[in-house]
Amino acid sequence: MSSGFTEMRTRDALNRALREELANDPSVIVMGEDIGAFGGAFAVTKGLLDEFGPERIMDTPISENSMMGIGIGAAIGGLKPVTEMMTINFALLGLDQVINSAAHARYMFGGQTQVPWTLRMPQGAGHQLGPTHSHSWEAMYAHVPGLLVAVPATPSDAYGMLKTAIREPNPVVFIEQESLYGRSGPVPDQETLVPFGQARIAREGSDITLWGCSRGVEWALQAAELLEAEGVSAEVIDPRTLRPLDVETVLQSVAKTNLLLTVEEGWPRFGVGAEIIAQVTRHAFDDLDGPPMRITAADVPMPYAKNLEQLAQPSAELVAERALELVQRRR
Amino acid sequence: MNENSVTPVAARMAGDLGVDINHLNGSGPGGRVTKADVISAEAGPLTWLKQMIAVRRFEEAAGQGYNRAHIGGFLHLGIGEEACIVGSCAAMQAEDYLFCTYRSHGHALARGTDPKLVMAELYGRQAGTSAGRGGSMHIFDAERRFMGGYGIVGGNIPLAAGLALAVKRRGEEAAVLCQFGDGATNTGNFSETLNMASLWNLPIVFMISNNGFGMGTRLDRHASHTDLSQRGEPYDIEGSQVDGMDVEKVKEAVGAALFTARSQSRPVILEAITYRFRGHSAADPEQYRSKDEVEEWKKRDPIKLYAASLMERDLLSQQQLEGIELSAQDQVDQAVEFALHSPEPEAHTLQDNVYVDTANTAGALETIR
Repeated sequence: MSSGFTEMRTRDALNRALREELANDPSVIVMGEDIGAFGGAFAVTKGLLDEFGPERIMDTPISENSMMGIGIGAAIGGLKPVTEMMTINFALLGLDQVINSAAHARYMFGGQTQVPWTLRMPQGAGHQLGPTHSHSWEAMYAHVPGLLVAVPATPSDAYGMLKTAIREPNPVVFIEQESLYGRSGPVPDQETLVPFGQARIAREGSDITLWGCSRGVEWALQAAELLEAEGVSAEVIDPRTLRPLDVETVLQSVAKTNLLLTVEEGWPRFGVGAEIIAQVTRHAFDDLDGPPMRITAADVPMPYAKNLEQLAQPSAELVAERALELVQRRR
Repeated sequence: MNENSVTPVAARMAGDLGVDINHLNGSGPGGRVTKADVISAEAGPLTWLKQMIAVRRFEEAAGQGYNRAHIGGFLHLGIGEEACIVGSCAAMQAEDYLFCTYRSHGHALARGTDPKLVMAELYGRQAGTSAGRGGSMHIFDAERRFMGGYGIVGGNIPLAAGLALAVKRRGEEAAVLCQFGDGATNTGNFSETLNMASLWNLPIVFMISNNGFGMGTRLDRHASHTDLSQRGEPYDIEGSQVDGMDVEKVKEAVGAALFTARSQSRPVILEAITYRFRGHSAADPEQYRSKDEVEEWKKRDPIKLYAASLMERDLLSQQQLEGIELSAQDQVDQAVEFALHSPEPEAHTLQDNVYVDTANTAGALETIR
């Protein structure tokens, strides 16, 4: 029984991770806007207030800048706070604390302190929320030395990586994806921790490497299905974390497929795909049979109109189309 | 007095400070002499005067080091604000936590950090308080619960409240003293944090060292209501003002505020009215105020005022004062000498301490450029 799996939605997997860590360690607290009485804007924290009480499940006012700082200060003081930002869009108000305090405290104080803090929040477009509520910011957080950045793409990873994040003595930016909250997948019944820095080969293939980040993994997997119908075998890699970054798994894949296409939800310029392409170009230039390319959002603030929003977002079709071009060009 | 009834920590500390344990009445169980007893026996008017003079000499030496380009970056000196610095730290118990700003060399000294190590930090040395990674604005001493100087105005305020939350959750008998200037009271961090600190009954003292300027903008030009002690009113936080040029008054006021924070688990605001005699930083042409104004405030120099007061009360002789001055100068000379000849951080340590090294941090940093 204990070696089995249970089908679970991402939001429930995250809830289970929080519940287990709260039960495991009295220094874990959860803070955020509407996470208690309301149960969480995306129901990730549902039921926690009843189970663990208001001293550990703290509803905060709408004060993003200071609630980041309070979470970080509590971590410096020895608690293990999990701060939920309702969405990644609102976290922009508290960015100073994330970078200047959480990411830099240990280094700038000569190693005298540590920040065992988890900042979890969903990102992503696709719900017609317009420019201010549709952001994807993994590239920005992954840019900062001192942060660890997790981008789980499956319910199982959401569960196992959140547990790892909470136990880390370092600050972890844990980026969830709004559209993935309702997706189901098998989650191990046994308590499991997923280590950081180890990419997952989500699908094996031999003709092209599709490196996808967060929801990009889903688009890449759907594209791989479409490509299979065209007789193209795509390998899909899910990095799981961006800091640390598993470059080696990508290099091994490219050594086999000789082609690379990255898939992300953020904007094209200076994004995570650009970083992966830079790494592969530097370390595996001679393995490449074609230009490494990227699929991203369109370079525009996210529009409201349904048709324009769809046009601005990446899609499985777009990934498949570009991948096919790369494969055919080689032939 | 029973010589056995002394805690080991208290005995060691008494040795360091030259306190005679045999004359102390212990406050511990069975009259046992504790660390707190030793500290309160040692701390007195002469100690505060010595500390204020030590801070002044240290800051003067730092200013000289900056002019000689031995010290880089920004340098914010506490000259003129010594009564706030020393009085507030003297009011703290060893268990209390302190958060400061980018103007906090003096706070570290008053909290007991070795001036050699503070100076070494300014000089960018490995031996510095932050191993040369933080510089003047980012002094830290975990052992003395000095939880940092912070370079972003107002940025330390929610951090201090977060630490107060940790103190409260753990049931520690301690309070947090968070210090910042008048300029920081206009940040969103201040207002947001006051609200949460009151809502959650956090044991924290928000101490505003009001030196009259947010950098170069005068109080009445940056604050719609210039009595900053009243900023807590909408959040039900008690506030009061104190003469920030009188070390004993500051100590008393901070002590009372910390007592309230500790015993009632409530936030308190204390505004100390002070003045900095030097520029905002070492690179400040000071065009926003007149020389006359500075001279007028210098008549209330906290060190001169206090020395005069002690002499009047027969607690200090001219000879003693000269001895204190000489010894402070000697101590700071040694600190400069130490810093000057102390090694710089080695190149191979550049990326040390970005993370606590764990199995999950391998590959977290790019190592190739």
